Amino acid sequence: MIALVDSNNFYVSCERVFDPRLEGRPVGVLSNNDGCVVARSEELKALGVAMGAPMHLLPPAVRRQATLLSSNYALYGDMSRRVNLVLGECSPDVEVYSIDESFVGFAGLPASRLEALGRRLRETVGRDTGIPVCVGLAPTRVLAKAANRVAKTSPELGGVCRLDAEAAATRRVLEALPVHALWGVARRTAERLALMDIHTAWQLREADPKRIRRAFSVVLERIVWELRGRPAIQLDDMAEARQRIMVSRSFGRLTGEWRDLQEAVRQHGARAAEKLRRQDSLARVVLVFLRSDPHRLGDRQYHNSVVVPLAGPSDDSRALLEAAGRGLAAIFLEGVRYQKCGVMLMDLVDAERHQLSLLAFRDEAARGRDRRLMTAVDRLNREMGRDTVRFGLPRRGTAWALRCERRTSRYTTRWNELMRVKVR
Amino acid sequence: MAPPMSPPPGTICRAAPQPGGRSRPLLGCRVRAGFPSPADDHLDVEIDLHAHVVRRPAATYFVRAEGDSMLGDGIHDRDLLVVDRSLEPLPGRVVIIAVDGEPTVKRLTRRAGRTFLEASNPRFAPIPLEGRECQVWGVVTHVLHALPGAAP
Repeated sequence: MIALVDSNNFYVSCERVFDPRLEGRPVGVLSNNDGCVVARSEELKALGVAMGAPMHLLPPAVRRQATLLSSNYALYGDMSRRVNLVLGECSPDVEVYSIDESFVGFAGLPASRLEALGRRLRETVGRDTGIPVCVGLAPTRVLAKAANRVAKTSPELGGVCRLDAEAAATRRVLEALPVHALWGVARRTAERLALMDIHTAWQLREADPKRIRRAFSVVLERIVWELRGRPAIQLDDMAEARQRIMVSRSFGRLTGEWRDLQEAVRQHGARAAEKLRRQDSLARVVLVFLRSDPHRLGDRQYHNSVVVPLAGPSDDSRALLEAAGRGLAAIFLEGVRYQKCGVMLMDLVDAERHQLSLLAFRDEAARGRDRRLMTAVDRLNREMGRDTVRFGLPRRGTAWALRCERRTSRYTTRWNELMRVKVR
Repeated sequence: MAPPMSPPPGTICRAAPQPGGRSRPLLGCRVRAGFPSPADDHLDVEIDLHAHVVRRPAATYFVRAEGDSMLGDGIHDRDLLVVDRSLEPLPGRVVIIAVDGEPTVKRLTRRAGRTFLEASNPRFAPIPLEGRECQVWGVVTHVLHALPGAAP
């Protein structure tokens, strides 16, 4: 069985741990440079604020009521690491899927004990980190994702939901689940499935796998098998398009060489950047992770991840690779034999809808023009005064520096920004 | 000027101590345990204050105290507190507790079936917990107090 452990409104939950006054109030977290909402508390969702909404377009009433914070990736990265540390105590088999989601393998455990384990996992994470999580338990990743969704939307389950492959409850859940809500099914695929009269996850499960493979792809065929309870999907490359892009691979053999890791991260990063451009998105954040082989008990065990915010949303391979390389250098440890590493691009935004798409040129010639343009802009601003030329930003501030004036303290990674507690 | 590549160094977000990594002393210099004697063939490992104080890395947080109501427990203004969220808030323990959303440091006590928050400074009266919205944030396990001459 596999558990998908997913933090609820992760960025907001991190903020609430260190500022309990935010509990029960509408809270939003903004991306650093473009001021779009990238995380919302339930209360903010209830006010009708959409994911990705630009802050300056929020109604004044919402802006008055809500607490809007700049993103504090140092804090979110550290809290994510803590959550995964706790998960690692329950199983050696933890796969980080994103900053707020991990798959935890529970091979060989009797099914009867799983729900109790799921509840304990949830309680321990909550106690140690203050982050509320939901746990979806199932024999496959696709079903675990669906189970997690049920756990999130049905408060009476207490945050834990188990879906067995052959159970009436599973059938009811899948019949109510539209295909596009399934992990790995893009909206366009869902539209084409609708033409074949496949609208729900249950209908997809019942479809002929060979036919699905012919009409769509091997991946969609695997999703059919997974819905039937047969594990068929590896985590590598299985990222929900449009929200995050992940590229990771296991090494052919374990390696402790810095050069091997550097090369692998460079390749994964380049591949992720290609995917990013193909779907016309820009990334705001790069996550790099690495880990030793959890099944080699004699080896020194180490896993870590790091979150590197970009100066602005970008699909420029150079910016993404540079950030990934810096991230790797920060977490690489000598003397560990690594089994796997990966690069994830997160907090994506549509390129065409983004004001800074001016920076998102594709080919080399355009990039050259871009660079000359930047040089000209800089000279104008230097010679004729700051802000003579700006990039369609309706706010002050340069596009280069990370704008984070509403950022809370980096409570867990800086000595001079620790949480302050009144002793009165 | 080249297009922006990334934020300035220092914005990388890394979690502090790495599991399985080399120990990093909390203090600026390393202290050896005992004076090495040629006759001594025991191989001692370095004393690691961080590991000594941080029993559960995932659940341990450092916070800064502000105020003097806990002087009796050795907590001075500006002291560094080590807080373990995984410990149970038993009576007698010093806890960080959010009272009406405001985190504060107090000792938990039970008297005649009622729970109180007590300061260790007699100028502050015990606060009964009943009827207040409270949430224990964690249990304070250690205090690090800097004396004159210590690095800030």
